[in-house]
Amino acid sequence: MSGHNSPEDIKKETRTYLLVFVALAVATLVTVAVSYLDLNGPQAIIVALFIATIKAGLVAAFFMHLLSEEKFIYSVLALTLVFFAVLFILPIGNYADAVGEHFSMEGVEHRETEAH
Amino acid sequence: MSSIDEQHPEEVPELSEEAHVGVHHEDHGHQEESFIWKYIFSTDHKVIGIQYGITSLLFLAFGFTLMLIMRWQLGNPGQPVPFIGNLLGQANAPGGIVLPEFYNQLGAMHGTIMVFLGVVPLAVGAFGNYVVPLQIGAPDMAFPKLNMMSYWVYFLGGVVMLSSFFAPGGAANSGWTSYPPLSVAVATEGQTYWLIGMTFLITSSLLGSVNFIVTIVQLRTKGMTWMRLPFFVWAQLVTAFLLLLAFPPLQAAGVFQLMDRVLGTSFFLPSGLVVSNQVLQVAGGGSALLWQHLFWFLAHPEVYVLVLPGMGIIAEVIANNTRKPLWGYKPLVYSIIFLGFMSFIVWAHHMFMTGMGTVMNAFFQTTTMIISIPSVVILTALLLTLWGASIRFNTPMLFALAFLPMFGIGGLTGLPLGLSPSDIHLHDTYYVIGHFHYVVAPGTIFALFAGIYYWYPKVTGRRMNEMLGKIHFFASLVFINGVFFPMFLQGLAGVSRRLYDGGATYSHAQGVLEWNAFMSNSAFLLGLAQLPFIFNFFWSIKKGELVDSNPWQATTLEWVATTSPPLGHGNFETMPVVYNGPYEYSVPGHDDDYLPQNMAPQEG
Amino acid sequence: MEIPYTVEVRPDTGLYNAKMGIWLFLASEVMLFGALFSSYVILRTGNPDWVQHPMNVGLATLNTMILITSSVTVIMSWASLRLKDFAKFRIYFLCTLLLAGCFMVVKAIEYNQEFSQGLFPWSDNYMGIYFTLTGLHGLHVVGGMVVIAYLLGPGAKMWKTAPEQYVNRIESVGLYWHFVDLVWIFLFPSLYLL
Repeated sequence: MSGHNSPEDIKKETRTYLLVFVALAVATLVTVAVSYLDLNGPQAIIVALFIATIKAGLVAAFFMHLLSEEKFIYSVLALTLVFFAVLFILPIGNYADAVGEHFSMEGVEHRETEAH
Repeated sequence: MSSIDEQHPEEVPELSEEAHVGVHHEDHGHQEESFIWKYIFSTDHKVIGIQYGITSLLFLAFGFTLMLIMRWQLGNPGQPVPFIGNLLGQANAPGGIVLPEFYNQLGAMHGTIMVFLGVVPLAVGAFGNYVVPLQIGAPDMAFPKLNMMSYWVYFLGGVVMLSSFFAPGGAANSGWTSYPPLSVAVATEGQTYWLIGMTFLITSSLLGSVNFIVTIVQLRTKGMTWMRLPFFVWAQLVTAFLLLLAFPPLQAAGVFQLMDRVLGTSFFLPSGLVVSNQVLQVAGGGSALLWQHLFWFLAHPEVYVLVLPGMGIIAEVIANNTRKPLWGYKPLVYSIIFLGFMSFIVWAHHMFMTGMGTVMNAFFQTTTMIISIPSVVILTALLLTLWGASIRFNTPMLFALAFLPMFGIGGLTGLPLGLSPSDIHLHDTYYVIGHFHYVVAPGTIFALFAGIYYWYPKVTGRRMNEMLGKIHFFASLVFINGVFFPMFLQGLAGVSRRLYDGGATYSHAQGVLEWNAFMSNSAFLLGLAQLPFIFNFFWSIKKGELVDSNPWQATTLEWVATTSPPLGHGNFETMPVVYNGPYEYSVPGHDDDYLPQNMAPQEG
Repeated sequence: MEIPYTVEVRPDTGLYNAKMGIWLFLASEVMLFGALFSSYVILRTGNPDWVQHPMNVGLATLNTMILITSSVTVIMSWASLRLKDFAKFRIYFLCTLLLAGCFMVVKAIEYNQEFSQGLFPWSDNYMGIYFTLTGLHGLHVVGGMVVIAYLLGPGAKMWKTAPEQYVNRIESVGLYWHFVDLVWIFLFPSLYLL
């Protein structure tokens, strides 16, 4: 890739990778730990997805070098995220708005007793 | 990574253009590629474009034939199909009389084949592959091997689709839309073939769209800035983005439906569904509407995939044959980009009757009305280009001119469908069939004919015969309107689509039933009208009038920077440099009435 | 004629062709997995009788760690290659392949456990979506393994014949691999924890 090609730069990057690795590992354990806290449906979702987004962000920013990527890639990804959001919001919105009952949070509320 | 010959510089060709017309500058002097690598698994975009072209035209002819069988039944109910009736098989048409079950197969496969195996591979795979690298001054597509794979995966997908006719129970028969629960709980094996075939086609499309985008962004030659791009290339770029981002949800849906059919899952099957008096033995809890959302998320952008390349072709042909720049190049470009974006957020106008609430209905109606704006801008710009023009009425131009009002009718009839109150009456009627056929058939397919007549000299070094072309055009124009216009009348009367008897059993249909025979006869005549074209296409390969590299006196690189046909590997002796816009016709002060894109400005 | 920008970047975009290509491909994959996740949400919220069976969180956590580690090894392999240390590159790249293999083995064990408990894709939509999502993800892992194996094996010749292009290929594969990891990062809590 262009730039950052000196051995010192690469070695610095390597340090960053290892730090990110540790952060990811820790975040994974946190996610699992939090799942035992017995939060209610929406709260559990928000926390779990928040942590997942942080992890994904670390992978994207540092492993995939998105922090220093080119404008074209940012544009493509931005467009994709817009359509990704559409793919989530509109069908779900449709269900919430539909004639008759189609939407229930009951399926989200609980999980059968854990048995690891 | 690029072609085998990358290390070998092109030998210097004779520059007498008449002399080497028709001669392919293949590999004299270096390793002769075997027939297989040169023609079957070629990585040259021009060969691949031709492969796509021939295959897709054959599929179009086949899809047309399926339609003729349907229209025979509609126009002559209960009568044995002439000539081929006995070839259809006893299970499908005993005594040559089309059974309702077979009619449904014909309907589903006609739609599927025309859309996915015919029009898109022709518009994108053939025209896109052949013309885009030439128009941007590139030696080939960015990923030639991927390009080759795209074609062969498409071919395999086609084989799978066609073989579905021989599956027990016949081909897919739940409409090209494959709605569950019908497609899951009732449809026979052919539907599984359809799902597998679609997987191949989606893969091919995905590989192709990546190739197109990278090619157009990265391989534009020096001086080919964004605002000097031929509109055809812009159209292909937007189309590629539509394919890239809209197909995956359909792939996901296809996987779900495949699992429902083969593994007995219930993604699309609600609980307690009763089929033929028996409760389905599945877990249930699924949603049939989920399929519709995922399907239409693709299928709406897909219809823009069907039309955008056609608009691109029309723009090229109109500019060239008016000897004027396109009116409103910038609005055209911004409109097509906006159109592409909007196409992702209108899909549920296909679902107005599914029980959506008022908020969703209003949302999708609004976006659907908004999307008509860029379409109208594009059509208007093309129309305004004609004002004060020196119009040359050759065959490609005739098709291009006809596109304008035909697409206009198609677009206008979309309005009552896109407004949900009127859609209540028109949904699932022949009005819908009339609407979408107008945009695709006298719309896109006419544009594709224009493209064939226009670029034929580039591909072969010979012109197609003008007289035959004009016969083809006028006959097609008359008969195609004969097939599709009465559909609006039938639809307004309330005749439903997908009825194997054309509405015969419904009282509200009685007043418009007479149109069935009329439309069917028009369809047969439309078929006959293609014969001069088919003959012309093959005859002109050997006997067509020889031409030089730029018989249309066009401005774009495929005409001004390379021979007819273009040089074998790499297209250009030296990479062209672009100085001018794409449609510099009738430039004041310039001797010729066209200024090639690669002509350097004169000193002083 | 050579295709331009297969190795050097095009000045105005700053990208070489394969990098743009792989990101475009990943964009389409975002839409694919997006549709799958969106379907999961729709199916789950649309069914009041939804059952979320207890899953083997331990094995899934192990798999999460395995994939994260493999992301590190793949990027370390690319860094080694840029430092022109082919031997180190091969070790890291091979580790990635082996970790991917471990992931699939753990997955197989997990699937087996579920089958033996009588949980199959057709048992209910939770199992349906679980098997579909993890199955498609698994297919992507296998696909990555095939490409990695090729680049370690016959494809490694390119390090001698066209080293810059080889480095670019490793970078592209790495990007794909990180994406596979990224999908799992969302898959894991969505399917196992929520």
